Amino acid sequence: MERTGAQVLLECLLQEGVESIFGFPGGAVIDIYHHLPEYPALRHFLVRHEQGAIHAADGYARATGRVGVCLVTSGPGATNTVTGIATAYMDSIPVVIITGQVPTPLIGNDAFQEVDIVGISRPCVKHNYLVKDVKDLAWIIKQAFYLARTGRPGPVLVDLPKDVLQAKTVFEYPEAISMRSYNPNLAPNRRQVRKVTELLRQSRRPLVYSGGGVISSDAAEELTWLCRTLRIPVTSTLMGLGAFPGDDPLWLGMLGMHGTYAANMAVGHTDLLLAVGARFDDRVTGKISSFAPSAQVVHIDVDPTSIRKNVNVDVPIVADCRQALRGIREELEICPDLPDWSDAHQSWLEQVGEWQRDHPLRYTFSEEPIKPQFVVEKIYELTKGEAIITTEVGQNQMWAAQFSKFHRPRTFLTSGGLGTMGYGFPAAIGAQVAFPDKLVIDIAGDGSIQMNIQEMATAVSYNIPVKIVILNNGYLGMVRQWQELFYAKNYCATCMHLNPDFVKLAEAYGAAGFRVTKAADVERVLKEAFAIPGPAIVDVVVEPEENVYPMVPAGAALTDMLLV
Amino acid sequence: MRHVLSVLVENEPGVLSRVVGLFSGRGFNIETLNVGPTLEDGLSLMTITTSGEEQIIEQITKQLRKLVTVVKVVDLTHLQSVEREMVLIKVNAEDERRAEVLRIADIFRCKVVDVSGNDLTLEITGDQGKIRAIVSLLQRFGIKEFARTGTVAMRRSMQVD
Repeated sequence: MERTGAQVLLECLLQEGVESIFGFPGGAVIDIYHHLPEYPALRHFLVRHEQGAIHAADGYARATGRVGVCLVTSGPGATNTVTGIATAYMDSIPVVIITGQVPTPLIGNDAFQEVDIVGISRPCVKHNYLVKDVKDLAWIIKQAFYLARTGRPGPVLVDLPKDVLQAKTVFEYPEAISMRSYNPNLAPNRRQVRKVTELLRQSRRPLVYSGGGVISSDAAEELTWLCRTLRIPVTSTLMGLGAFPGDDPLWLGMLGMHGTYAANMAVGHTDLLLAVGARFDDRVTGKISSFAPSAQVVHIDVDPTSIRKNVNVDVPIVADCRQALRGIREELEICPDLPDWSDAHQSWLEQVGEWQRDHPLRYTFSEEPIKPQFVVEKIYELTKGEAIITTEVGQNQMWAAQFSKFHRPRTFLTSGGLGTMGYGFPAAIGAQVAFPDKLVIDIAGDGSIQMNIQEMATAVSYNIPVKIVILNNGYLGMVRQWQELFYAKNYCATCMHLNPDFVKLAEAYGAAGFRVTKAADVERVLKEAFAIPGPAIVDVVVEPEENVYPMVPAGAALTDMLLV
Repeated sequence: MRHVLSVLVENEPGVLSRVVGLFSGRGFNIETLNVGPTLEDGLSLMTITTSGEEQIIEQITKQLRKLVTVVKVVDLTHLQSVEREMVLIKVNAEDERRAEVLRIADIFRCKVVDVSGNDLTLEITGDQGKIRAIVSLLQRFGIKEFARTGTVAMRRSMQVD
C-alpha cells in the first residue's frame, strides 16, 4: 500500500516509540497535521510559540532519557526553534526537530515562508537533513533518531519539503543502521582503566567532578557506588546535579562560579581529579591555569573533542560514562591489596568536612522582604527532592541549584551551556507531559518567565499542572548583581519597571495565581498552589538586591571566592 | 605550525559547508582547501592545509572526525607524503623578454598553455617551495593573473626514516 510522505513520517515516529509531539502547524506541514488524527497513539501538544515546542521536547527528553520530538512549519516556524536547538546542543540533549520546507521546485527562489534552516541550524545540531525524495524519508528518520540518542546525544533536524510530504511511496522501515562515518566509541580502553585504578590507589586527596554525561549515560548508580565505596568526595556541574544524592556527607555541592566553598577549595587542593562526563566549561574552571593545580586529571567522556579542549588531561578515557565506571569497578574488584579507603582518605575527608562546616551556603533570613533562598529551601522541604525542578536562567537558577538538594538524576532540568532565559517553563511542560503524576515546578525570575509566558495557554488548555514559582525581585537580577559588583552600580536596563501583575496574568489564562510578600506565608501558599489540580503561578516578592554567593569573578581562580 | 589534513567525506550536499563552518565557527584557520570526488562512488577527498599549535590541530582533527559526514581524517604532517599544487600564471612576455620567460618556464618544467602577443600563460605543478620560487622569479616581468588550486597531498607508500 502506498502512503504519502506525511504518513510515512508518522509511521516512522510510531516505530521509534514516540508518544508525545510538541508542535505548531503551518502551510508547509499541513499534510502532516492532516494525517495526524489517523495516529491516536501520537499525542500532539499545540504550543503557543515554536520556542516553547522545542524547549518542551527538550524537557521531555531530559526528564525521560528518551528522544523529544518537535514539529514546526517552514520559515519563521523553523527559525523560532533555533534558540531551543542551540540549548539542546550545548547540553547534549536528544531531540529530533521536524521542520516543514517549501516544495522542492521553489527551494532557493525566496518562496513564501522559505528559509535555509539546514544552513541556519548547522552549527548547533549534531546533524541535519534536507529530504529531497520521499523514498529517503524512512531511513533518514531512522538515522535521525539513532544519531540523536547515541554517542554524545544531541539535536538532529530533518527538513521536509511540502511536495515530499505529498509524494507517495511504499512504507518500509529499515531494520538496521549502517553508517561508515559514525561509530561512537563506548567501551573504555582496558589499559587506561588500569591506570585510573592505579592512580586511585596512590591518591590521598581524590575528588570526583561529575557532569551531565553521567546523567545522559544513566551512570548515577555506578558513580554513587564508586564514591561511597572509595570514600571520595563529589562535586558536580550544574548539569550533573542529581547524579549523586544531595544528602550524602560526601556531597560537596556544585563547583565553579557559584559553587560552594568546599567544592572549589577541594578542586584547589585535590591530587586526583576524576572528571566524569563533564567538559571543563569556563563557568566551572574559572582561571584555567589555577584549576586543580596539583592534580593528576582523569577525564572520562564519550566525545573525544571534549578531552584536552580546555585543560590538559593525564589519563583520557573516551567511553560511555556508565561503561567506563563499570570498567573501573570491575578492575577494582579483581585488584589485590587495595587500601582501606576510609583510612587512606581520612585526613582529606576531615579537611573537606572542615571547609563544609566553616563555610556552608548561607543567607540572612528576613521576614519581609522575603529572601529568595528561603523560598527555594521551603520548596525542597515540601517536596523532599521528589519533585522535578526546572529553572529559568540567572539568579533563580543558581539559588535553585544551591538551596535544593537533588537525590535522583533527571529531576533538575536547566539550561546549562547556553543559559537560555525562557527555558524553564516550556521544559516543565515537557517533563509534566512525560510524568503527569509528578509535581513539576519551574523556579523562575520575573525577567525570564516573561520570555515564554505565552505557554501558560498550553498548560491550561491541556491541564498540564506545572507550578511556576517566581522569585520576583523586579530586576534582571544576575546582570544587576554584576553591575553592582563590577560596574559601579550602574543599573542600566536591568530594572523591570513595569512587570505585569502575575496573579492577574495567571488568571487571565485560566490558571491560578498567588502572591506572597511575607516569609511566614510562603509555606502555606506553596502548599496550596502545589495541591490544586491545574497550573499555577506563585509570585513571591523577594528582596530586590539579594546576591548569589559565593561568587568567583569571571576569569579568577576558583579559590578566590567572594563569600558574602 | 602548518599541517596538511587529508579528509575523506561522504559526497553529499552541504558537506563542504559543514567542514568550512566548523573552521569558521570555532575560529580555526584554513589556508588552502581542495575537494574532488574519489574513485569510490559517494566519497570525496578534501585536502586542507591549516596552521596552529598542536592542541588546536588536535581539536581540529577531532572536531572533523565528529562530523557525521566525515569518514576519515589523516594528518599528513608527521608522515612522509607527496604534496602538489597546480598554478596558472599569466605573465607579461613582450617580444624582447619572451625568451627569458620561456627559459625560466623550461627550468621549472612549466607548460605553456596559452599565448598572445603580450603574455604567456604557464601551468606549473609543485610543492609550496617551488611555487614560491617561480612566482618570485616571474614577478619582475609582471604577473597579470594568478590562479592556484591549493595543495593536494597523499601519504607515501614507503615511510622511510
